[in-house]
Amino acid sequence: MIASTEHMKLDGAQALVKCLEAQGVEYIWGLSGGAAIPIFDALVTTGTKIKLILVRHEQGATHMADGYARATGKPGVVLVTSGPGATNTITGIMTAHMDSVPMIVITGQTITPMLGKDAFQEADVFGLTMPVVKHSYLIKNSNDIPRIVKEAFHIASTGRPGPVLMDIPKDISSGPFTGGTLDPEMDLPGYKPEIEINQDHVKAIAAALAKSKRPVILAGHGALIARAFPTIEKLAEKLKAPVTTTLLGKGAFNEEHPLALGMLGMHGTAYANKAMVECDLVMSIGSRYDDRIIGQASKFCKDAVRIHIDIDIAEINKMINVHHYCIGDARLVAEELMKHVSELDTKEWLKHLDGYKKKYPLKYGKQGGLKMQHILDELYKMTGGKIIVSTDVGQHQMWAAQFLKTVRPDDWLSSGGAGTMGYGFPAAIGAQFGKPEEQVWAIVGDGGFQMTMCELSTACVHKLPVKVLVLNNHYLGMVRQWQELFYDDRKSGVDLEGNPDFAKLADCYPGAKGFTLKRPADIRKILKRAMEYNDGPCVINAECEKTDNVFPMIPAGRALEDMIIERPRYKMEKPTGST
Amino acid sequence: MSHQPIIHTLSVYVSNKPGVLARIAQVFARRGFNIESLVVSPAMDGKFSRMTIGISGNPGMLDQIIKQVSKLIDVISCKDHTGDEAVVRELALVKIRCGADRRSEALQIVEHFACKTVDLTEKSMIIMATGDSDKVDAFVRMIKAFDVVELVRTGKVLMVRGEQPT
Repeated sequence: MIASTEHMKLDGAQALVKCLEAQGVEYIWGLSGGAAIPIFDALVTTGTKIKLILVRHEQGATHMADGYARATGKPGVVLVTSGPGATNTITGIMTAHMDSVPMIVITGQTITPMLGKDAFQEADVFGLTMPVVKHSYLIKNSNDIPRIVKEAFHIASTGRPGPVLMDIPKDISSGPFTGGTLDPEMDLPGYKPEIEINQDHVKAIAAALAKSKRPVILAGHGALIARAFPTIEKLAEKLKAPVTTTLLGKGAFNEEHPLALGMLGMHGTAYANKAMVECDLVMSIGSRYDDRIIGQASKFCKDAVRIHIDIDIAEINKMINVHHYCIGDARLVAEELMKHVSELDTKEWLKHLDGYKKKYPLKYGKQGGLKMQHILDELYKMTGGKIIVSTDVGQHQMWAAQFLKTVRPDDWLSSGGAGTMGYGFPAAIGAQFGKPEEQVWAIVGDGGFQMTMCELSTACVHKLPVKVLVLNNHYLGMVRQWQELFYDDRKSGVDLEGNPDFAKLADCYPGAKGFTLKRPADIRKILKRAMEYNDGPCVINAECEKTDNVFPMIPAGRALEDMIIERPRYKMEKPTGST
Repeated sequence: MSHQPIIHTLSVYVSNKPGVLARIAQVFARRGFNIESLVVSPAMDGKFSRMTIGISGNPGMLDQIIKQVSKLIDVISCKDHTGDEAVVRELALVKIRCGADRRSEALQIVEHFACKTVDLTEKSMIIMATGDSDKVDAFVRMIKAFDVVELVRTGKVLMVRGEQPT
């Protein structure tokens, strides 16, 4: 409870900070500017315990808040100024929106009489962000601040989480707060995140399961958000059903579990994708049957019973039509389902899939130059997967997803829906703030790292021992792979000539340390030295083989049965699916 | 054969706040739906507004669109009333050039469609037509025999028959 403020004279910004405090905010990632000065000032004048983390670019602030939110489950908070400060957050907001990450973005705005007059640093951020937020506010009255903050956190963190934006004009943040209570009632008549589970739907799913001989459980990010991992493990063990996870679902089921099939989809394991092709029932728990995992929608599990458990009814029958669904929190639905199911006769099925695991393991050749897969494999073996991993987007991301098995929830941070390059390093910083006791690794490519590496300063200032592993092939590798496979190896705009020496670059920053890795024989030694360096961030520049390709691969828009396990000798048709 | 798109009439009950219409319009536009008509006005409780939206587009997407609109925080409910037992009305104002020579002919049409003349000068006339869309369409077809200066239609408003709320 917040005390009455009758006897305190607050301005809007001070009321805002007090309300953020009441929401349990520990950190704000931000960068100031004219329209946000009153709010930054209030962080001083209120004497708040909230720690302000000054970033070097606003996109970094959003990814840090995102990494913090994914690692801790709590909403991350961003504070920036108007105009370019606000527009720089849009990539990060969209990233959070696509992956259902709770985030609060507070933007300064020009004074209300100047709105719409093209004032200095005015951008209609409310309008600009509309398609990529769960909800947004343009605050026109200082006294509305407490209600709006309360609503914003409620909306961001309940139901299907997402980013909420508050645009606060400077005269509102610096104007007097005369609203009385800082803990008012919310006014959200159109928002009802609590969902009563439909028992008939649960029973229909249980009945379908009972008939299945070749089931697969598909666990997605929703299972992690709902903290459903113990339930899913119990459910899988009770049913004796194998479990595959999406890229973002990594951690929803221990990938070392005998029933685990690893990741499915475009670059998923061969055995997971073969299981999807051959199963007689697929049950998604908290995934949205995204185009990366279903391939050609009309062929996806077309003869199987398709089941969808999701908190968002708008996901049902969006990508594929399903036979049964149940709306609700993944954990609660899975718990209900547990009551109605019993062991299935899957002995043959599991044996069959084990055969695939033996026949088509994830593999890489150790001859030749330094392989990204080799480094990731060693990192996994050295840590047993008990590290937080944050990735960028591209080849290294897919190899990390394959070779760094995720054995605990909240250990895997990756931009799945948005595919945002530059995400990995700042997200790792945010995760390290949220989980200071954990070892946090940013696995990045040389392309993505250069988009947000200015945040080395932020990591240095706070002496964060984030380990940045730059898997450097001097290419935008995934695009180069597509050009090689589908565009007669015509390289266009993928050669990253002009890369700095990332190890030397790290050494330029006070408190950061650079390592260089060139030979496969040095992998363990260098990784160990990085693990032992905890006075600040370190950067390993790993000079990897330049033209390796990620397999297995399902070309975009093709069916899962069209998966290719190694580089074909024939020329492949250009994919028709999206990217 | 005419290939007129099917127009679905959605009734959307929303919080009366700035930006709500923009959010809803964005959901339609992104998925290739065109807004054919739109009426927005405050509900009995002024905290809320009622939107009646006529849209055309891929019917296979309609269900998805309704779910997406319903998901918006400021939307209380969104329902498709196409084919429901409902009272549907719209209003049209038509200005025609019409001197004394053809006035009685014009007034015949006005009378037939139970319209009203709401402005009359020596050279012009404004006619107000109300009714369901087919009736207004029929009236417009007839009045085209005159020199129509301009036409304004409100778009449909809709209310479900019986005691159930819309």
